[in-house]
Amino acid sequence: MESLTLSDVEQKYYSELFLSCDVDNAKKVASNGKVLDLFRAAQLSNEVVLQITELCGATRLGHFGRSQFYIALKLIALAQSGMPLRVETLNSVRDLPLPRFVMGKNEQETRHAVMFADAENQGHYLPRPPGRVQAKKVSVHEMIQPCVPTVDPQPDTTSPVVSPHQSPPTSPHAWRKHKRQASGGNVDRQPSVPGVVWPPFREAQPGPVTADGMWSAHSPPPVQESWVSFTDTPPSSTLPMHPPSAQPESTTVRTMTSVMTTNEIQRQTSGYDDPWKITDEQRQYYINQFKTIQADLTGLIPGSAAKEFFTKSKLPILELSHIWELSDFDKDGALTLDEFCAAFHLVVARKNGYDLPEKLPESLMPKLIDLDDSAGVPEPATEVGFSASPVEVTPNKSPSMPSLNQNWPELNQSNEQWETFSERSSSSQTLTQFDSNIAPADPDTAIVHPVPIRMTPSKIHMQEMELKRTGSDHTHPTSPLMAKPPELSDETKLTATIKFPGTTVGDGYSSSDSFTSDQEPISSAVNRQRSHSGTSPEGLKVVAPPPPPPRPQPSHSRSSSLDMNRNFAAVPAGSQQTGVVAFPPAVPPRPLPTQTSVPHGHRVVEGDGLPAHTSTSPQQMPEQPNFADFSQFQAFAVDQPADDGEKPSDSGQAKVSTPLAPPPKPVRRRLKSEDELRPDVEDLPQKSNVIATVLATQPSIPRSIGKDKKAIQASIRRNKETNTVLARLNSELQQQLKWSVGSSGRMSISPISTPLLTV
Amino acid sequence: MTTRDVPLGTVQIGICSGHVNYPLYIRSVPTQGELKFHYTVHTSLDVVEEKISGVGKALGDQRELYLGLLYPTEDYKVYGYVTNSKVKFVIVVDSSNTSLRDNEIRSMFRKLHNSFTDVMCNPFYNPGDPIQSKAFDSIVSAMMVQAC
Repeated sequence: MESLTLSDVEQKYYSELFLSCDVDNAKKVASNGKVLDLFRAAQLSNEVVLQITELCGATRLGHFGRSQFYIALKLIALAQSGMPLRVETLNSVRDLPLPRFVMGKNEQETRHAVMFADAENQGHYLPRPPGRVQAKKVSVHEMIQPCVPTVDPQPDTTSPVVSPHQSPPTSPHAWRKHKRQASGGNVDRQPSVPGVVWPPFREAQPGPVTADGMWSAHSPPPVQESWVSFTDTPPSSTLPMHPPSAQPESTTVRTMTSVMTTNEIQRQTSGYDDPWKITDEQRQYYINQFKTIQADLTGLIPGSAAKEFFTKSKLPILELSHIWELSDFDKDGALTLDEFCAAFHLVVARKNGYDLPEKLPESLMPKLIDLDDSAGVPEPATEVGFSASPVEVTPNKSPSMPSLNQNWPELNQSNEQWETFSERSSSSQTLTQFDSNIAPADPDTAIVHPVPIRMTPSKIHMQEMELKRTGSDHTHPTSPLMAKPPELSDETKLTATIKFPGTTVGDGYSSSDSFTSDQEPISSAVNRQRSHSGTSPEGLKVVAPPPPPPRPQPSHSRSSSLDMNRNFAAVPAGSQQTGVVAFPPAVPPRPLPTQTSVPHGHRVVEGDGLPAHTSTSPQQMPEQPNFADFSQFQAFAVDQPADDGEKPSDSGQAKVSTPLAPPPKPVRRRLKSEDELRPDVEDLPQKSNVIATVLATQPSIPRSIGKDKKAIQASIRRNKETNTVLARLNSELQQQLKWSVGSSGRMSISPISTPLLTV
Repeated sequence: MTTRDVPLGTVQIGICSGHVNYPLYIRSVPTQGELKFHYTVHTSLDVVEEKISGVGKALGDQRELYLGLLYPTEDYKVYGYVTNSKVKFVIVVDSSNTSLRDNEIRSMFRKLHNSFTDVMCNPFYNPGDPIQSKAFDSIVSAMMVQAC
């Protein structure tokens, strides 16, 4: 074999060709079939091909070894140049153009483009070709002059050899024109169709360059267009060298990826670590744009203005909508400067062909939580997992230069909790429900928000009614309620009270300043709750020791319609009854046993019940020291057994009414009713009587309320206390009943509870 | 309608808007038999309308649309929810799915409502358009998967 000297370019080209022909991956022999295909693609006459194969020695060998292959290629180049095929001339010919092969595959062009780019900017684009090489499916690709900028016009004149196959001049011309701006030069020398082949590549070569240049200038659209036109020209299957060939899509893809890899390379070279990071000049640009819409940099851009602005970017509405969702961090329908920059950056990225992320990248997240509506409640931040620092800076919305906010990554992880807050904040229901005392404990939230809006044992109808009257005062501002917590001994009641502040805090996030301001006294409790999210009952234990082990309270199907009961669901009030209120008041233990005993003894004997409750009551005893009604209850207790089943009201009333005017009445009534609830069915009529009595006595209350405010409040407080006491008692009685009497006892209770529920 | 059209563990959520009641969003898990659920949602709208027209007070409350047995052969529960702007949310669950309790349904509705308001806040969303928000989709899918 004759020795063959190849230029670097040729060497590379030939090796690539060989690889493509090396179907068997033998690395040594190119399959005959492919080689012949290749040669035929050179568009030389068959005789020439045969001659070449003969010359290179393949015929002798019977296969194409690498050297034969290379020789053959060189001969092809010769032939295509119109030079006589002589082995001797192989090495003598200088500046021999690379052999051209006409193939119908698109990859050719892209590869060409790549190759060109590589040739042109070897240093820059080297990473790409390897990728491209793999893309090569067909052996033949063309590496034309662009690799050798100094190529003389000679190849052009030889193009007639390949001309027949290259038909559509128009497209390349159009394309050429486009590229002409970039390349210039050789383009003019392509008069004939075959020549057309060349310019595309030559032009393709500068393409990436310009693309890069454009990218660096942050003007993506032109890049896209240039590449788009790349493929816009009508496809021609016989023009592999024309980029607009059979499969424009793949070309586009290829070019896009090439652009993007270019960009990546550039960005890497420019030191970008994060593709989503905003550079300083970008940031400045965004800020300027922001100013055109909203002069105040700390202000907000309303959604409509932002919509108009971003619609100008000509992105599809769906994508703009997605960008908005990503960038409007606080979901307020307006963009702060940070959010605006993030949105703008996403738009720019999208226009450059980047896909929109599913979640907002960290570098684009706004630095500050927009919680200034909630008047800087630090707990939520901790709740959500943020470090305290950003929250403290919360009120300041000023756009400082974007730096990667380390705290925000936590946001990603605590999305659930964040969502919780946004739920709270964005849901008007929370507010309304708050008002209407329906604040269901959202199982999704990690924080249990007990709602102690009313200390109503929902079981008893009259209690509810009365509390409704007085309770409305308590629902909103919770200061009176919060004053209660120390008095509340029961776990359930504590939970109830916690729920209230919890809810309000949640609402506080929802930019209800009034709540936050009102909840000062609550906030302390809230904080406690916050720190024990989801363990509010335990948290409340700090306030007052909870009563005996809570009896598990299953969901009450009956009372499920009453959201209030759901609030207490977390509270194991210890009774399985259906509408049991979780507000066991700070019941003075002593009366309880006596009262619980009453049902057993039909309100007469207390003996049996006492021992049963002694175990439980003592625990409660130390916990309610400051219960003013203690004595009162004792009085009750004493009276109760002595009373007849019917209407003990009068006697007891007389005794009790003196210490406390209005409250005792209902309390007593309730006690009475509770007692009567306990026993058997025959007590039902009595119970209803009692209830009627209580209801009748209720009107008397307002009269006394007409007195001075303090007395009213005191009476209210006492009322509440008694309520809780009664509720507690009720629950215990229920429990006892269940244990002792069994299902029948329960049945007797249900009729009473049902009307309550409907209230 | 064949019996037992409702495969086990089925949940479907539909949102219909305004007075015109055209569907904004329908999604079901699993996705077979979706057409049947479309029909169910559509028919349940009547019941919803009836309820909201009858109840003058307490607008926007979470009303329950517990149908129990719609047809003798059908066994799924349809829950409804109406917002103040007459946007109706409908959840259809398989009756065999006894694990879903009322509170859970309520919380699902609340989540739906919140997500819906987030979608509404998007200035690029025109009320009345089908909801194509990915965030909304993800929330709904997560919720339905959790419910099944």
